[in-house]
Amino acid sequence: MAIFKDKHYLRVKLDKETDESLWMQCKSCGELVFKRRVRENNNICPYCGEYFFLTARERIESLIDEGSFTDISKPIMAADPLLFQDTKPYSQRIEDAQEKTGLADAIIIGSVVISGIAVVVGVMDFRFIGGSMGSVMGEQICHGMEEAIRNQCPFILVSSSGGARIQEGILSLMQMAKTSVVRARLAEQRLPFISVMTYPTTAGVQASIASLGDVIIAEKGAMIGFAGRRVIKGTIAEELPPNYQTDSFALEHGSIDRVANREHLREELSNVLRFFVRQ
Amino acid sequence: MAEKRAIELLETKIQELRELNKMEEIDMSSEIVLLEKKLDALKINTYSNLSDWERVKIARHPERPYALDYIDKAFADFYELHGDRISGDDRALLVGLAQLQGKPVVLLAQQKGHSTEENKQRYFGMPRPQGYRKAKRIMALAERFSFPLISLIDTPGAYPGLEAEEFNIGGAIANNLLAMAELQTPTIAVIIGEGGSGGALAVGVADRVLMLENATYSVISPEGASVVLWKDKGKTKQAANALNLTAEHLLKLEVIDEVIPEPLGGAHKDPQKTIASFKEVLTRHFTEVCDTPPEELLSARYKRYRSIGCYRTLSDHR
Repeated sequence: MAIFKDKHYLRVKLDKETDESLWMQCKSCGELVFKRRVRENNNICPYCGEYFFLTARERIESLIDEGSFTDISKPIMAADPLLFQDTKPYSQRIEDAQEKTGLADAIIIGSVVISGIAVVVGVMDFRFIGGSMGSVMGEQICHGMEEAIRNQCPFILVSSSGGARIQEGILSLMQMAKTSVVRARLAEQRLPFISVMTYPTTAGVQASIASLGDVIIAEKGAMIGFAGRRVIKGTIAEELPPNYQTDSFALEHGSIDRVANREHLREELSNVLRFFVRQ
Repeated sequence: MAEKRAIELLETKIQELRELNKMEEIDMSSEIVLLEKKLDALKINTYSNLSDWERVKIARHPERPYALDYIDKAFADFYELHGDRISGDDRALLVGLAQLQGKPVVLLAQQKGHSTEENKQRYFGMPRPQGYRKAKRIMALAERFSFPLISLIDTPGAYPGLEAEEFNIGGAIANNLLAMAELQTPTIAVIIGEGGSGGALAVGVADRVLMLENATYSVISPEGASVVLWKDKGKTKQAANALNLTAEHLLKLEVIDEVIPEPLGGAHKDPQKTIASFKEVLTRHFTEVCDTPPEELLSARYKRYRSIGCYRTLSDHR
């Protein structure tokens, strides 16, 4: 249980508003855990090892040299070009998500240092409408890659997304093309792009920018794939294997390069970056 | 629906009168003219105010011309090429060489089946990774020989299946997007029926994007959106409306460059006329892109996709 000697995981700050209760129950093993202890453990259950979601900020803190983060996101937010309304107006959905997360949209772009190497990162936040990619996320990812080009440094994208943001219709689909054309520029510049797939990296995000990394690393426990289990079950009567669309499924079938535990992800990134960036 | 029945009856009646007219001593021409006028008025009335959901149904109409119909009539010498060189030959996404205006072109064509048997073979027009990898292989060929690339898009979406996931369909789509972004040859995509999400876009990143009047292009099907957003199978009409998936909407959103007109009631009412207007619009754009220097095309393509999307600056807010 060395895991509790939280020396180098003690980076995640406790935010007050989500801390009304001090205890939480692990959905996986059922144990009651002191929330602070989970946070300090990279949001991993200290009893059963189950991973909980990391917010974008928590994820960034878990990967970088302490204090090296500068938010360089573009100051933009979602418009509502289609005046979309399902059970709730899209504009309301955005406001609610902003209220809940304190974020402008589902991604943060940061200038950071990882083991002494300057990097631009883009990190998605699943809490914001399922980490869905609309015009804002597409623009931010492009902006991140362009910043990497400007600084001649690597780009890392940590995905956590259910796919395109349906409420922006075709414009969200087009973000797949948009991020791809800018990704081509990054390649022209011979700058490395490391794609990190976490739970979940699916549909429009998996079928575009997340799959275009020079190196693709999945976090253990990630869900990776194009069409969800429900969709596939709807079209065919095939039995799906138990590891369907998990990190091990993706690795076994050659869709990704490597799998890393959450606690080793930072080390994994610094190891791979060293091949591309000579210091 | 009563209007549609009336149109059918009128059409039959006119046909009968024409038969009669062929007989000597019977002149029905004035009656025919009169009825034709009525028919036209009725058609305009019925079809010019189609709802988005009605257009979805027209885009999926089983008698709608499919990719091979366009290829047969609008191109010469189609020479199909098969296989991704790895694992198979997808029958939902066909590739090959053909001639347009006497120039060799590379075609990518999503093809649905006309019969159940054919549809089984073609997976109802839903390409699998084999199809997208075959397309990517042929893109490289197009670039090597400076053949313009023309895609005909008509798919409900990429095929959702276990084998498709095992072969990394998402990765195959992603790599096609990248390949089309970089491709150093003129590219035109035409949505002729259904533009089903990533499965359509994977052959749809292009210098010009054209769309048939009653085709649809969407991030998700109305059925899918109904279930995902409304948690209710019955909201497809509402979803179709909300998604802005028709050619008219997409032109306004600047996702497509031109709408190719269809006969009243849809392409299936007069395939020949549809294919003629398809050819007219396509060749105009084809001539333009072929006359544009490659560097200019690539930089315009970059700008086109780099600027796509709609957001506002945070200072506009609050």
